[in-house]
Amino acid sequence: MSKPIVATASLAGCFGCHMSLLDIDERILKLIELVEFNKSPIDDIKTFTKQCDIGIIEGGCCNSENIEVLKLFRKNCKILISLGECAIMGGLPAMRNGIPVKECLDEAYLNGPTVGENKEHIMPNDDELPMILDKVYPLHEIVKIDYYLPGCAPRADLIWAAVAALVTGDTLNIPYELVKFD
Amino acid sequence: MREKVISIVQSYGKNSGRLMDILLSVQSEFGCVSEEAVSLIASELGISEVDVNQTKTFYHFFTTNRVGKYAIYMNNSVVSEMMGMAEVVDELEKQTGVKFGQTTPDGLVSLHFTACIGMSDQEPAALINSVVFTQLNRDKVRKLISDMREGKPVESMFSEYGDGVNANPLVKSMVKNNIRKAGPVTLGEYAVGTSLGKALGMDPNAVIDEVKNSGLRGRGGAGFPTGLKWMFCSKEAGEKYVMCNADEGEPGTFKDRVLLTERANMLFEGMTIAGWAIGAKEGVLYLRFEYKYLKAYLESVLADMRTKNLLGNNILGKGFNYDIRIQFGAGAYVCGEESALIESSEGKRGEPRNRPPFPVQKGYNAKPTVINNVETFCSVVKIVEQGSAWYKAMGTEESAGTKLLSISGDCEKPGVYEIAWGMTLNEMLAMVGATDVQAVQVAGPSGSCIPPSQFGRKIAIEDLATGGSMIVIGKKRDLLKDVVMNFMRFFEDESCGSCVTCRSFNMILTKQIEKVVAGTAIRTDIDNMKAWSQIIRKTSRCGLGQTSSNPITTTIENFRELYEARTKDVAYQSDFDMNKAVADSCKVVGRVPNVHHE
Ligand SMILES: Cc1cc2nc3c(=O)[nH]c(=O)nc-3n(C[C@H](O)[C@H](O)[C@H](O)COP(=O)(O)O)c2cc1C
Ligand code: SF4
Ligand code: SF4
Repeated sequence: MSKPIVATASLAGCFGCHMSLLDIDERILKLIELVEFNKSPIDDIKTFTKQCDIGIIEGGCCNSENIEVLKLFRKNCKILISLGECAIMGGLPAMRNGIPVKECLDEAYLNGPTVGENKEHIMPNDDELPMILDKVYPLHEIVKIDYYLPGCAPRADLIWAAVAALVTGDTLNIPYELVKFD
Repeated sequence: MREKVISIVQSYGKNSGRLMDILLSVQSEFGCVSEEAVSLIASELGISEVDVNQTKTFYHFFTTNRVGKYAIYMNNSVVSEMMGMAEVVDELEKQTGVKFGQTTPDGLVSLHFTACIGMSDQEPAALINSVVFTQLNRDKVRKLISDMREGKPVESMFSEYGDGVNANPLVKSMVKNNIRKAGPVTLGEYAVGTSLGKALGMDPNAVIDEVKNSGLRGRGGAGFPTGLKWMFCSKEAGEKYVMCNADEGEPGTFKDRVLLTERANMLFEGMTIAGWAIGAKEGVLYLRFEYKYLKAYLESVLADMRTKNLLGNNILGKGFNYDIRIQFGAGAYVCGEESALIESSEGKRGEPRNRPPFPVQKGYNAKPTVINNVETFCSVVKIVEQGSAWYKAMGTEESAGTKLLSISGDCEKPGVYEIAWGMTLNEMLAMVGATDVQAVQVAGPSGSCIPPSQFGRKIAIEDLATGGSMIVIGKKRDLLKDVVMNFMRFFEDESCGSCVTCRSFNMILTKQIEKVVAGTAIRTDIDNMKAWSQIIRKTSRCGLGQTSSNPITTTIENFRELYEARTKDVAYQSDFDMNKAVADSCKVVGRVPNVHHE
């Protein structure tokens, strides 16, 4: 039987969740034995080259590209996992939700303390750039999500337990300590 | 300003326990509690600004910015909406040229929404500078705003007063009592002082026994046996307090307002009997700010009782010293929860306490405290006067005596009814002249939404328990939009925010019901709402979070077809709209959106 194929992406996230994935330490060798990676920053494959079994996504959606990548994942993965606070709830980037987009952009490009050099008051508007959304959306508001792994970042052991259970078909056993944060 | 604030703080003996009163006085004097006022109050009281601010920001009627010279607080409760609030709101915005949440540029008028103000039988209603205006419509709004432009005092903007004490020179309010049915207990015959005289002639324990034997249960909603509560408190040692819960915040209830208006003497007498029974020297009436128009009258009743030696030192010559003061709230539904009410009375945020210890052990000022509802104290007066057997003979097995119902909504005769427990909903609907009824909301938003197939059920603690709010919902209403959505927004606003689940799930459930109403929810969302309701119920500290999902759970239970008609039977559906989502940012940066469609 061929190995299950995994794809991952970071959308409006900080890559902390991916770092946590690497925190599984030497188990990463076992992971490589268990699964094959496709589109992912881990192996730097930029486009899907085949149908995948599991898609793991960190970060919510803050721009039009995030939406497109997310929809692409939904199309190409049988199972989609929201990894971490940002993917599940919007997280830190969603702090801007509730503040009008204009105010955010003005602060970022015109009024912020570090934009003194922008004398022509340029706002990035090239057609190549992703368009900013009115707010940051959690993944499940855009596509169907099958599983959620909470945490900021989720503990390495939690990611390991979940992925291992998925690919081996074992029952998922998550001790309370893995999802308890206070 | 400085002198005024300092003198206000001094008038309350520089006591930080009276912070609520201080803030209320400052708000009423200046139309706001400015940051400057906050630091003055803090330094005068010798507490930190944070301590002042945390109380200030908790309550709806304290504002940082100055409200209009005429501050209009429009009730947006469910019954107000049913009775035509939208028209009134529209006319107010048209006439003033500003939106709700704003003040006219000249500072003359500000428009605010507020939760149920206890006038459900005469909606739409609003408070203007603490004066109640009922049954508003477009014409009345036009007249009111033109009066404001002329600078008329609010009190002179109407000339017809309500019935009974509402017309008393100290009240002069347009509020009507709408007493449709008086019973033998709270709205029956009453002679001031008889019962108190009798009680003071009895041993305090005998008074408690009388109350216990009567089977009286608390009328505030939870239905705890009153005699038992008093007995627990009487067994505690040291200084004690009696408190009356007149917060009456459950949307759709207004019977305590009628008792406060027509039976103030009786209420204070009941509180005094409680003081005698448990051994307290002081009683506190916690009165919701919405009823401030009754303040002068209630204080005159207290003064009158003092002159008649029914309050004060050596009451009726029996060596009993006891007095009552009035404590105002400042707009927060959760302060009706007894431990939040205590916190608020101590000048703090109205956040419910962990229990135990219960108030009877550790209540106001950390002393044992009996808290009862207005109607409970009034009932005690008749029980002591007529005896427990007389009282117990009325009602049902579990629910003795009579109950005041506040009935509102789609019926011919909204108002207050004193009925014997055990009446069926069918009988009640016939009594109030309601036909074409879709549902009855029993016990307010935190109660249950009952369908016609269950109208044979009884109003009683053993079947349909209620603190008295009964909202009749006609067939013409959109139950989910007009009722459930309004209720959920109410709870979302009123959660004190202490418990994560109550703070977030009320918001999430509100969003979800909005999706159902908008037609973008799916079938599985219905079960999700049920599951989430279980979580918030199980993990919330107080009754608010434990019952706030009831509007959703009881309508899913009893009106599931309404949900199914509005949800799609698909595995997933997103209402995300890329064009809409990028419109603003593209406009700001000056580019044409290029949205790909797959
Ligand atoms: C959120 C919340 C609001 C409440 N509001 C009121 C109220 O407005 N009036 C009232 O008498 N009881 C209210 N209660 C019930 C009180 O906590 C308490 O049970 C009652 O005042 C006790 O008096 P009783 O035994 O005479 O009913 C409320 C409870 C909760 C949880
Ligand atoms: S959840 Fe935390 S670690 Fe993960 S992307 Fe968001 S901020 Fe980074
Ligand atoms: S349940 Fe809600 S209202 Fe009650 S204490 Fe918790 S957060 Fe506050």
